[in-house]
Amino acid sequence: MTDQTLMDTVETPSAGRPTPLGIPRLHLAICAALVAFFIIGPFFLYPVFLMKVMCFVLFACAFNLLLGYGGLLSFGHAAFFGSASYVSAHAAKAWGLTPELSILLGTGSAALLGLVIGALAIRRQGIYFAMVTLAFAQMVYFVSLQAPFTGGEDGIQAVPRNMLFGLIDISSDNALYAFVFVIVFACLFLIYRIIHSPFGQVLKAIRENEARSVSLGYRVNRYKLAVFVMSTTLAGTAGATKALVFQLASLTDVHWAMSGEVVLMALLGGMHTVFGPIVGAAIIVTMQNYFATFGAWVTVLQGTIFVVAVLLFREGIVGVLGKWLKKPL
Amino acid sequence: MFEIFGIPAAALFGQLLLGLINGSFYALLSLGLAVIFGLLNIINFTHGAQYMMGAFVAWMLLTYLGVDYWWALILVPVIVGATGIVVERLMISRLYHLDHLYGLLLTFGLALIIQGLFRNQYGVSGLPYSIPDALQGGTNLGFMFLPNYRAWVVVASVVVCFGTWFLIEKTRLGAYLRAATENPKMVGAFGINVPRLITLTYGFGVGLAALAGVLAAPIYSVNPNMGADLIIVVFAVVVIGGMGSIMGAILTGFGLGIVEGLTRVFYAEASAVVIFVIMALVLLIKPAGLFGRVA
Repeated sequence: MTDQTLMDTVETPSAGRPTPLGIPRLHLAICAALVAFFIIGPFFLYPVFLMKVMCFVLFACAFNLLLGYGGLLSFGHAAFFGSASYVSAHAAKAWGLTPELSILLGTGSAALLGLVIGALAIRRQGIYFAMVTLAFAQMVYFVSLQAPFTGGEDGIQAVPRNMLFGLIDISSDNALYAFVFVIVFACLFLIYRIIHSPFGQVLKAIRENEARSVSLGYRVNRYKLAVFVMSTTLAGTAGATKALVFQLASLTDVHWAMSGEVVLMALLGGMHTVFGPIVGAAIIVTMQNYFATFGAWVTVLQGTIFVVAVLLFREGIVGVLGKWLKKPL
Repeated sequence: MFEIFGIPAAALFGQLLLGLINGSFYALLSLGLAVIFGLLNIINFTHGAQYMMGAFVAWMLLTYLGVDYWWALILVPVIVGATGIVVERLMISRLYHLDHLYGLLLTFGLALIIQGLFRNQYGVSGLPYSIPDALQGGTNLGFMFLPNYRAWVVVASVVVCFGTWFLIEKTRLGAYLRAATENPKMVGAFGINVPRLITLTYGFGVGLAALAGVLAAPIYSVNPNMGADLIIVVFAVVVIGGMGSIMGAILTGFGLGIVEGLTRVFYAEASAVVIFVIMALVLLIKPAGLFGRVA
């Protein structure tokens, strides 16, 4: 992304009074509200729905690390989400691995896949990058369709929720909820730290002006590959966790429509914001949940949101809010 | 019947023909993408949906109005091209001053809307469109049986592709177009209406996609999803060829269709992914694409 006019919502840790961990007070307040919401949530809302929201929140934030901060639009993130979901489902079901190990394995496979695809994709820029990632994701889709262990059209069903660490029973939704909560919020904190680290600042510099970053001596391609792999790894964690929540890994997770959905989440929430993808993911998942009976109208609605968002509010919901508050969100 | 590399010749030529037909569609679609990209600098994600619309509009013309295939060949590109022009004027033209990725996102959203609407209306099972009477049956070439309609598709797309190449590379209008690709401001200063040129170019590219849809209607069933998967393969074709040259898009399209057909003969399991593997290799060896210029 080289468009300057869109970059004015980019945040820098605000100067002024020091705050805990160097995080602005507003951000701390929002984080606290989020944590509180997801702790109180299961008392009012269906826990499986909230777990789905959390998985997609992580997926969207991982994706936006690449788009919003690396400036790279991947149109193939379903490949990492979905393949991690398959690997962890297979590990839990066929090998009987414990949940934390199967999620780690899924995450690791997404990292590896991200390294291979990323190394090839960063050889092209802009629109070509999007097309290359989309094409590789379609390749992963075809492999998932044909590979012996993925179960073809049926996917991997009835994935068991094994004992956590071999000790703790997480077969009930409430116990699993706590486990998913810890994973997702740990990863979100990690993403927050990556964005605000010196590494994150270099990424922003590359996004703003790649040529100048090169001239300053940064090995741009290494940074791009690093953020690509980080993004795919965390997307993998989201996918692997999702497989455990729904006890299912299916072709939906690797389909291009999933890649499109995560782009939509980031766009709707605000791609140059920290909290935007969280809002975007929550809205899209809720929408799918309540409009599930309307069939293809959901696709039409998603398309309409895409068009309206691109034409009318490119900063996204949180981006607009941040402008209004005059504070980076 | 003779054999080549232990493969019955009929099977080999059959798959080659199938590859050539797929290649025809790759060529027509990647050509349209390249023409649009050249002037508008956006990747038209709606291309697959517009190809699907071409097939559907042909089916509607036949079913509701009794307009036959030959008229559809002319009318459908005009009708669908006109919808493209409306879309360009109302939406895409608002994005030229922004990052090119917004064009991609907008056209992706449009593709979702179009596909969703057609799925609601016509389901996903697919509608039949019969081969026109004049092209029924086939010809026995001695070494293989050649269905007439398929031969027609290959011939028609070769003619259209080279017609487009001639229009862009050899005519005055094409010269304006190429000049506007290089430097729109300068061309505008010479008194040529560049925004109108851009609009017409988009309409033309969309018309090409619709024409491909009409050609495809009798071969594949007319289905709301027919464009979605195809367009991703076409994206890979475009990455392999590079969008710098019209001839490059045509040759890459046909070439990859044939490679895919051959793969189906020798190692069928890989035929779905072979184009993506080639794309990976091209990215490693010649990142700008076979015919591409380094940006």
